[in-house]
Amino acid sequence: MPGKSRSFPSILGRVLGALFVGLALTGTALAQQPLKIGFGMSLTGPLAGNGKAALIAMEIWRDDVNAKGGILGRKVEFVYYDDQTSPATVPGIYTKLLDVDKVDLVVSGYGTNVIAPAMPIMMQRNLVFMSLFGLNVNSKFKYDRYFQIMPAGPNPAVGWSQGFFDAAMGMNPKPKTVALVGADAEYPAMALEGAREHAKKTGLKIVYDKTYPPNTVDYSPIVRAIQATNPEVVFVASYPPDSAGMVRAANEVGLRTRMFGGGLVGPQFAALKTQLGPLLNGVVNYEFYVPDLGSKFPFLDQFLAKYQARAVVEKVDPLGFYLPPYAYAMMQVLDQAITATKSLDQAKLAEHIHKAEFDTYVGKVRFAGNGEWAAPRVMMTQYHGITGNDVEQFKKPGRLTVLSPREYKTGELKAPYHENKK
Amino acid sequence: MEVSWALLANAVIAGLLLGGFYAAMSVGISISFGMLDVVNIAHPAFIILGSYIAYIVNDRFGFDPIAVTIVLSPLFFLLGMALYRIYYVCFERRGQESLRGLAFFFGILFITEVVLILIFGVDYRMVSSRYGDVTWRLGPVDFPMRLVVPFLVSMTMVIGIQLFLTHTFFGRAVLAVAQDQLALRLMGVNPVRVKELAFALSIATAGVAGAFLIVIQPVQPAIGREFIGLVFAVCVLGGMGSIWGTLLGAFVLGLAESFTSTFFGPSWAPAVSFGLLLATLAFRPSGLLGR
Repeated sequence: MPGKSRSFPSILGRVLGALFVGLALTGTALAQQPLKIGFGMSLTGPLAGNGKAALIAMEIWRDDVNAKGGILGRKVEFVYYDDQTSPATVPGIYTKLLDVDKVDLVVSGYGTNVIAPAMPIMMQRNLVFMSLFGLNVNSKFKYDRYFQIMPAGPNPAVGWSQGFFDAAMGMNPKPKTVALVGADAEYPAMALEGAREHAKKTGLKIVYDKTYPPNTVDYSPIVRAIQATNPEVVFVASYPPDSAGMVRAANEVGLRTRMFGGGLVGPQFAALKTQLGPLLNGVVNYEFYVPDLGSKFPFLDQFLAKYQARAVVEKVDPLGFYLPPYAYAMMQVLDQAITATKSLDQAKLAEHIHKAEFDTYVGKVRFAGNGEWAAPRVMMTQYHGITGNDVEQFKKPGRLTVLSPREYKTGELKAPYHENKK
Repeated sequence: MEVSWALLANAVIAGLLLGGFYAAMSVGISISFGMLDVVNIAHPAFIILGSYIAYIVNDRFGFDPIAVTIVLSPLFFLLGMALYRIYYVCFERRGQESLRGLAFFFGILFITEVVLILIFGVDYRMVSSRYGDVTWRLGPVDFPMRLVVPFLVSMTMVIGIQLFLTHTFFGRAVLAVAQDQLALRLMGVNPVRVKELAFALSIATAGVAGAFLIVIQPVQPAIGREFIGLVFAVCVLGGMGSIWGTLLGAFVLGLAESFTSTFFGPSWAPAVSFGLLLATLAFRPSGLLGR
């Protein structure tokens, strides 16, 4: 049987064609591989309520992005592990994410305590590290690829309590003494450091400056010791259970001072807002959003509607005013940087995030050289008119007066603190 | 800071009230660890379980959280009986109770936490009660009711347990099982049954202590771990197996914490408390009232 003769160019053409098709298919397969973003998150332990709320916000972002076709044509996928609110677990989690799970990008979990232990790994591998609510973490590391989404400003330790001390020094007559108290943990240490700087700058005499162990049960001896020093202003930096303990103890002891609060973590969430209820009246504390300012954040409603629906099911903070919008915004920054640079190159991403301004649900965001917000926007607010423990009252305007910054101010400070209880 | 009589009196009262709460948390450990030699490291998890039961009933029906757990303590008793039966069959009977038994209770601790997380989520929970935000004042001395009510119920419970152990046949059998199980067998009493009921009693006290905890502070599923060290410290300081010793140890730690917080700075409180524990063990290795 006569065979079919094939010329060399014809065979070469077929081989090249097959190679081309193969490469094209491989390329398509690569493009279709998901973009993996890895992180640790506190899903159990003392800060799990916040961690889970942040995770919901990040998942809403992921779903929104994937509904639009993903980033650079790749669907976004999360790989995350529970850090148990324990700093000790963090290095292991990020090592696994990078070496075993081979994620494309990493972001942080929630809070200073779990961000700081991840920093050496990020620096060792030159990774862009978007972080969520770390207070002044980069002050020691000075890492040029670190970015932080909490609006504490370029000098976070100071910016954090700026509004509190501005309000204090705005009182007539000006106060002369201050008491500083906080938990033995990373965030309170940073917040107290900033408060000490303010005291020094404003000439306030520090009459009490102590920390307490996080598992303290009864805070009334601490508040009595503070009362014994007769401070005109009391600055507290605490985590949720101790925030509740300090506010309750201040009420039980009948603390007489002109201003109380500042850095209490917890009253931003529905759980503590409703549990403490009227005990919060008169407390001055930081917030990042209050319902009175809805018109200044026009796109936030869309996000909050999605978040609040999921939060009820997942049994976490049903309000979502504090952390979730910023968790979403953190991912928006990363998304916009990747889209603008069309790359996952860490150097290019870092360079772009340093230079660009980002349009997010929490407003326009620009970063300073140290990765913090270029301008601070911590709102210092005062609780008043709270009756009962109903959550609905906190969804409506009128329960929190914004004292600073000036562009968001909705009213004046009512002092002294104990008079607000009447 | 000027030390006034008012400050001193308040420190004493706060320390005693705190000690009363610590006694309620530790009395179960004193029974299980001190008398039965069962290292129930999951005891704080049952305290948290008690907190959540108090929370549900308070939240849904508005009942007083402490009254609820006293009424529901028979359920904790039954849970304790079942748990001891498993522990006995799987470990104690085979002579493997030391390390494997410890791992078993660690497992129970984590499983309880995870179940609570799955059911209630990870947010902090707290209860409302008529006395939660009330403070009585006697001159310059404050009596916050959220600590006074748990203190009074705790004293009743601890003294009741002591009287029960010393004035009933079953109580004496529990004390005997702590000393010599073989002798108890020779007297015709089944030590396993005695241990089962005594362990169940210790779990019942955990449920009541859980209600105290959620009245005093917000609770989340993993918060029990923070109290593991404390409950064992109270038990060892007071003397293994001594209920009066547990009460005394709890008051010593409560007063130490209150005085240190008031006069020297709260961050020193754990160091002072555990320093006292070490010093006591150095001079009295069996604890304050241990034999």
